[in-house]
Amino acid sequence: MSQEHIELFTKKAEAVSAIIKPIGSMDEAYAYAVDVCLNKDACQLLLSGCENAISDEASELCVAKAADKVIAAPKLADDQYAELAKAADKAGVKLIADGLRSHLAGIDIGFAVADLGLAETGSLVLDSSSEDLRLSTMVSEINVVVLPLSKLRATSYEAEAELLPMMQKSPNYLAFITGASRTADIERVLAIGVHGPLELHILLLEDA
Amino acid sequence: MQTAVKIEEYLQEVEESLGNEFQRKALDTFAVAYRTGRANAFAGMDVKGLVDEIAQAKDEGIRRMDELYAQFKQKAESMGVHVHLAKTAHEANEIIARIAKENDCKKVIKAKSMTAEETHLNQHLEGEGLKIVESDLGEWIIQMRGEGPSHMVMPAIHLSRYQVADLFAGVTKKEQDPDIQKLVKVARRELRKEYVEADMGISGSNFAVVETGTIGLVTNEGNARLATTLPRVHVALVGLEKLTPTLHDALRILRALPRNATGQQITSYVTWITGPNECTGAPDNKKVMHVVFMDNGRKALAQDKDFSQILRCIRCGACANVCPVYRLVGGHKYGHVYIGAIGLIMTYFFHGRDKAKFLVQNCVNCGACKEICAAGIDLPRLIKEIHARIQDEDGHPTQSKMMGMVLKNRTLFHTLLKNMRWAQKPFAERGGEYIRHLPTIFMKEKDQDFRKLPTIAKKAFRDEWKSIKPTVTNPKLRVALFSGCVQDFVYPEQMKAAVKVIASTGSVALDYPMKQSCCGLPVNMMGEKQAAKEVARQNVLALDPADYDYIMTMCASCASHLKHAYPKLLENETDLAPKVAQFADKVIDFSSLIHDVLQLSSMKFTRSGKRVGYHAPCHLCRGLEVREAPREAINMAHDYVPTSEEEVCCGFGGTYSMKFPAISKTLLAKKLANLEAGEITAVATDCPGCVMQIRGGMKAAGKEIEVKHVAELLAERLR
Ligand code: SF4
Ligand code: SF4
Repeated sequence: MSQEHIELFTKKAEAVSAIIKPIGSMDEAYAYAVDVCLNKDACQLLLSGCENAISDEASELCVAKAADKVIAAPKLADDQYAELAKAADKAGVKLIADGLRSHLAGIDIGFAVADLGLAETGSLVLDSSSEDLRLSTMVSEINVVVLPLSKLRATSYEAEAELLPMMQKSPNYLAFITGASRTADIERVLAIGVHGPLELHILLLEDA
Repeated sequence: MQTAVKIEEYLQEVEESLGNEFQRKALDTFAVAYRTGRANAFAGMDVKGLVDEIAQAKDEGIRRMDELYAQFKQKAESMGVHVHLAKTAHEANEIIARIAKENDCKKVIKAKSMTAEETHLNQHLEGEGLKIVESDLGEWIIQMRGEGPSHMVMPAIHLSRYQVADLFAGVTKKEQDPDIQKLVKVARRELRKEYVEADMGISGSNFAVVETGTIGLVTNEGNARLATTLPRVHVALVGLEKLTPTLHDALRILRALPRNATGQQITSYVTWITGPNECTGAPDNKKVMHVVFMDNGRKALAQDKDFSQILRCIRCGACANVCPVYRLVGGHKYGHVYIGAIGLIMTYFFHGRDKAKFLVQNCVNCGACKEICAAGIDLPRLIKEIHARIQDEDGHPTQSKMMGMVLKNRTLFHTLLKNMRWAQKPFAERGGEYIRHLPTIFMKEKDQDFRKLPTIAKKAFRDEWKSIKPTVTNPKLRVALFSGCVQDFVYPEQMKAAVKVIASTGSVALDYPMKQSCCGLPVNMMGEKQAAKEVARQNVLALDPADYDYIMTMCASCASHLKHAYPKLLENETDLAPKVAQFADKVIDFSSLIHDVLQLSSMKFTRSGKRVGYHAPCHLCRGLEVREAPREAINMAHDYVPTSEEEVCCGFGGTYSMKFPAISKTLLAKKLANLEAGEITAVATDCPGCVMQIRGGMKAAGKEIEVKHVAELLAERLR
């Protein structure tokens, strides 16, 4: 993938406040995810709503939120999951691969590997047919996604030949994700994290 | 929502909206920010080419609607999706209620869908005892307020953070801080619990991709992902026009939709759902998935040669973003469910004549919507068509009927115009240039006093033509003059100035065919289509295009009407077809003629050193896409000073300003303020209607800035 596309991807993704970091190996990605998870609360900006004046019913769901620090990494390849588990374990972070429905109150980190990247818009493409993956990329407060640079495409048109086979499998749930969940519905002021993650971190993996 | 029963009520409501300062400011800021945002988002792209491709592909899909539906149905059913076709909005609601019942659903979480707004689905389901919660933040807010959306993409743009905080205080039973970031987080938590409890998710769909049987959803908040993931049942309500043969078609629309909607490159989430996906909340781990396609008149529309193009609409909302009237009155007064230019039209088809009849009159015909439309829909023309249709169905108002009759008879019309001078005499100011009092039979005087209206000239241009016609021995070019009524009878000096400038080349044979009449735009604006057709025919016969190289008119509105509306109006008059096409091709405006064709240079003029601003008439900049020529023409003799929002409508719109004086007045006030801020001594423009409006406004406000046609400002500096 050309340097030009990497730069374009970075520029476009950063424009929608994604955090971009180049990495040399998956090990770096695991360390990164665990690190973000541990340091998350140090950053006061990351308030997911429970601290506000919400109704008693809504706050019940906040109480339900796990006391542990949780990383969810559904659909990771077995060897990758094992490596991530080691890193998480060492740091005392809980790693889960499924059962996301019992974590709807929120988890700390969703970890995934993207199927494709679209440089033109800074988008990630994730085959989210697994319900757990769909949920982990929505209910996590921070989404950490690895994009192998070999999967970066210039435009959606260029990715079409690879998108189609995914969509031709049934059932399939395909997602283009660009930046964090956002809204401008109140006075057109941008606000992040209205339903989904409050942050999106993209790790560009040099795999060529 | 449009609920007024009488035009007076609608006018009253419109005036109230004009007084809504929060909304006015919000829409103003958005209108200005949108322009830059959109330009940045499309930077480096061939927008026109993209719009053309979308229009073509959509037309193709619309033509093949039945076949595409059958293919989608087959494909999706083979994957276990239940596919329905609802003939009407009511039927769609009933199907969805039945699905809820059959699956024992009690609680619905909904992702934003304009189609569901069209069918008033929430009310129907609530009536069936279901609880429905909207999950898009804006939709949730208006749902709790019991309102409809005021914009198709930003449904709650009319509300302030304080209003939202009050609303949330009610829901949470806690006091709320009017801080937007905090309010959004409150919504996040409140809505999260709603997803958890819901057993049915309802979404719309931006695309139904036939080749894969996929539903495509475009959202920013991610609510559609949760709403289609957590509940055990998913129902997508989809208008038949959303069927696209291939993924490529959908990706193409996706390139335009977010960019044109809000200036975003792409939305945060684009979701493609193929078949019933894994759902651990469902008994056999599989989602129950239904796709309800809705006809509700779409199949018939698809067959309509003229109106099928409205089915191209990709619901980007841009036609509201740029509409000067929307910007003043807001979406609740500029649509019923669908908002903006396309809303005026769709209201007629989907919600009926009674809801549409005042709305379609409230279009100043500035063309801004047509220029921005992602699907290349000829919105202003179709709005007028609906206006005419409603009059044909409901009966024509006496005034417009009379106007139509008079215009069809040129001699009668011209005699009346001339006689008006005498009729006006008792009402004219000293000096005779402006009308002091308006004869009250025409309109309420106090509504019109925001600008001084001119009197009829002593001598019409047609009566002076013989004595001023320049003699040219070896002409290189033959040009026919088309004056239009205003320059003929009110501002003949503008015509004379143009003749003077053109004659200075010594190489143009000018002609003024006497049988020309009003271009017909005013009656077209009043919904008198038949009269408009007849006048068009008369003019094409009066100015035989074979006799001239160009047909020059200095009235931008006439020019764009002659060039673009005539071929449409006269399309069934086969005997005239070649003449009409030639005629339209030869129409040119003054600035383009002298600047691009005759290539006059600044050598011809003595510079004045005067700072001159420019107002770009809607029908010139958008109608004829003439932008550089007039500005460069002014610069040949004066110092052209750019001012803000030059291309925004001055509020004239011919009879529009008589019918909607409050809006016209507000648009004019903005125009004047923008011009004044440029510290100019004169304003140039190239439409007598704009001169009438802006000059009259300056005069009424006691401002010293003179307002003239470009031709006059050039003629006065000819060497
Ligand atoms: S023509 Fe102008 S006034 Fe009419 S709907 Fe379009 S943008 Fe609005
Ligand atoms: S009519 Fe055109 S501009 Fe208006 S919403 Fe539809 S596609 Fe967008």
